[in-house]
Amino acid sequence: MTSPIIRFDQVTKRFGDLVVLDRFDFAVAQGEKVTLIGPSGSGKSTVLRILMTLEPFQDGSLTIADIPYHQPNGRGAFRATEQHLRKIRTNVGMVFQSFNLFPHMTVLRNVVEAPIAVLGLKRAEAESRAIELLRLVGLADKKDHFPSQLSGGQQQRVAIARALAMRPRVLLFDEPTSALDPQLVGEVLGVIRALAQEHDLTMLLVTHEMRFAREISDRVCFFDKGRIVEQGSPDQIFSKPNQPRTREFLNSVLPS
Amino acid sequence: MIYGFSYDTSSTYAYALSILPILGIGLIVTIEAALAGFSIALVLGLVWCLFRRSRFKALSWTTACVVEFIRDTPLLVQLFFLYYVLPDYGVTLPAFLTGALALGLQYSAYTSEVYRGGFDAVPRGQWEAATALNLSRYQVYRDIVIPQAVPRIMPSMGNYAVSMLKETPVLSVVTVLDILNLANMIGDRTFEYLVPLSLVGLIFPIMTTLCSVGIRGLERSLPKAGLALR
Amino acid sequence: MSWAHFLPALLRGAEVTAVIAVVSTALGAIMAFIIGVARVEGGPILSKIAIVYVEFMRGVPLLVKFFWLYYALPLIGLSFGPMTTGIVGLVLNISAYGAEVVRGGLQSVPHQQHEAARALNFSKFYTLLHISLPQAVVEMMPAFGNLAIQNLKDTALVSLISIADLTFQAQQLRNMTLDSARVFTLTLIGYFIMALVLSLAMRLIEQKLRRGPAFPKGAHG
Repeated sequence: MTSPIIRFDQVTKRFGDLVVLDRFDFAVAQGEKVTLIGPSGSGKSTVLRILMTLEPFQDGSLTIADIPYHQPNGRGAFRATEQHLRKIRTNVGMVFQSFNLFPHMTVLRNVVEAPIAVLGLKRAEAESRAIELLRLVGLADKKDHFPSQLSGGQQQRVAIARALAMRPRVLLFDEPTSALDPQLVGEVLGVIRALAQEHDLTMLLVTHEMRFAREISDRVCFFDKGRIVEQGSPDQIFSKPNQPRTREFLNSVLPS
Repeated sequence: MIYGFSYDTSSTYAYALSILPILGIGLIVTIEAALAGFSIALVLGLVWCLFRRSRFKALSWTTACVVEFIRDTPLLVQLFFLYYVLPDYGVTLPAFLTGALALGLQYSAYTSEVYRGGFDAVPRGQWEAATALNLSRYQVYRDIVIPQAVPRIMPSMGNYAVSMLKETPVLSVVTVLDILNLANMIGDRTFEYLVPLSLVGLIFPIMTTLCSVGIRGLERSLPKAGLALR
Repeated sequence: MSWAHFLPALLRGAEVTAVIAVVSTALGAIMAFIIGVARVEGGPILSKIAIVYVEFMRGVPLLVKFFWLYYALPLIGLSFGPMTTGIVGLVLNISAYGAEVVRGGLQSVPHQQHEAARALNFSKFYTLLHISLPQAVVEMMPAFGNLAIQNLKDTALVSLISIADLTFQAQQLRNMTLDSARVFTLTLIGYFIMALVLSLAMRLIEQKLRRGPAFPKGAHG
C-alpha cells in the first residue's frame, strides 16, 4: 500500500511483567476502515490507546501520518516529548467507551472547547462548525443542555461530534456502544455508519457488534494475546475463518 | 482610650459594652489577616500541588520535603523566623503582611493536600478525553480539571479557612493589632483582663459557627459536576 | 557563635517541649475518650453537654485559652502556675478535637456489631468496652496521629506564658545574639525531628493495635 497512515513495527508493550502487545506489526492505509475484534485483554484497546498517545510502549517503532512517534534528539537517543506528542495528536481523535464528556460544560461548549483552545479558531467560527456537526449527529437542538441531561446514546453522539470538530485524519472508537443500554446502541451505530462513508477518514473500531463490523469494515483483525491471529475482509473472517482460535472466538460471540 | 473609644470600668456590664467597639476594630483586622493569609495559602498550595505532580522527579521530591517541613513545624516559630530573619536580608514587610505570609505558608501545606485529593477525584476519563482533544497541560488544568475539582475541595478548604481564622491570634505576638492584642492592651491598662478576654473567648466560637454556616451555604450553591463554563 | 553554641539551651527547651507534649497528649486522649463516649452513648443530657463542650472548645483559639487561663482566671481567685496552665490549655484543646475523632471511630463500628451484642444480652457498658472501643480505636489512630502532631506544634505557644520550652529558649537566644536565622532554623529543625519521631511512634502504636486483641491472627482486617 502507498505510505500507510499508521504503521506499527515490532511494537512491544508491557504492563509490569504482563506483555500486552508482542512484537506487533500492523499497517493501516489512509481512508481504510478497520475493525479489531477479540477477547478481553487481547490488546486491541491497547493499540488504540497507544495511537492516541495515552500509553507509551517499550520496544519497536510507530509512525502516524508520516510522523514517527519517537523523535531523535540529536544524540541518537529517542524521546517522545509532550510537545512532539501534541504534534502527533493533531491527526488522531478518539471516542471513548464511557463518553467522557466534560460534565461542567454545555454540549456546545464541549464541542468548541478544543477547536478554540488548540486550533485557535475564533468563537463564532468554532460555534458554527460545532452546530453543523451537532446537526450531523442529530443533536443540534440540545446544544445548550448539560451532559447529565442527556441519555447515554445522546452523550456518545456528542462525543463523536466533539472528536470530529478537531478534523482528525484518524478516528478511533474504543468500544463506543459497550456502555449503552441496548435500545440506545442503534442511534450511535447510525452515526458511525454515516461516518464510514467519509472517503478520507481512517477509522479504527474496537467493538463487539459483529454484524455492524461486518457491514462497514474494509478489514477485520482478530486479536489474541497481543498479536493479530488472522485478518482479512469481513466476508472472509466471518464466513470462512482459517485459524481455529478465530473460529472458536466467533462461535462464542455470534449467534450460530 | 484606644482608637478613640474610652473604657468604662464602673461595672462589668458597662465595661464590656464600652470595649466592644475596640474589640470590633480588632476583629476586622483578624478577619483581614485570615483573608489575606488564606488567599496566599490557596495560591501557594496549588503551586506545591502542581510541582508535586511534575514529571521532574527532583522538583516533585524537593517540594514534598519542603511541604512536609512546613506542615510539621509550628506556626509561631515560622512567624518568628519570617519576622526576624527577613529584615536581615533587606526585606522589611509590615507586621500584618509578615503575619499573613506566615499563615499562608503554614496552611499552604494543608491546601496542597486538598488540591491533590481534588485532582485525584476527577475521573481518569476526563484527563484522557482532554488529552485526546490535544489540550495543553495548562488548558487541561484550567478548563477541565480545576473546575471539576472545586466543588469537591470546597468542604475541606472551608474547614481550613475557619481554622486559619482561629489561628490569627498568634499574630498578636508580632504586634499585629488583632482582637487578642487589643484585648490584652485593654487589660494592660485597666488591670482587668477577665472581661476583655472572656469577650474574645465568646466572640470566636460565635464567629466560627457563623462562618461554617456560610461556607456550607456556599458549598450547596455550587453545582456538583463542577464550575459551569458556558 | 557557631551552631553548636546554641544547642545546650535549645536542647533544654526541647526537653520541656517533649514533656509537655507527651503529658498533654496522654491526658487529652483520656479526656477525649470520656467526652467522645459521653457524646455517643451518654443519653440526652450528657451528650448535649459533650456537644456544647466540643463546639465551644474547638471555637476558642488556643492562644486565647492560654491567656484567659493565665491572666483572666486569677481575677476570680484561681491561679495555676505557668506549667499547669499550659497543660490545662493544651488538654482542653486536644480533648475537644479528639472527642470528635472518638465519636467518628465509635460511629464507624458497623451497627451489626451492636445488634449482635444486644442479641447476646451484653450490657451497654460491656459492649462499649469489649466490642465497640477495641474496633473503633484502630480506626481512630490515623486521625489521632495528626492531632498529636498538631498538639506538638501547639506547645510552642506555651512560650508566650513564660514556659521555658524550645520556642522560649529560641527567643532568649535570639535576643542575646541577634542571630535570628541560625537560631530559628535550628528550632524549626528541632520541631521537625520531634514531629517525625512522634509520627513514627504513632504509626507503631497503630501497628500494635491492628495486631492486638481486636484482630486475632487469622481474622480478616
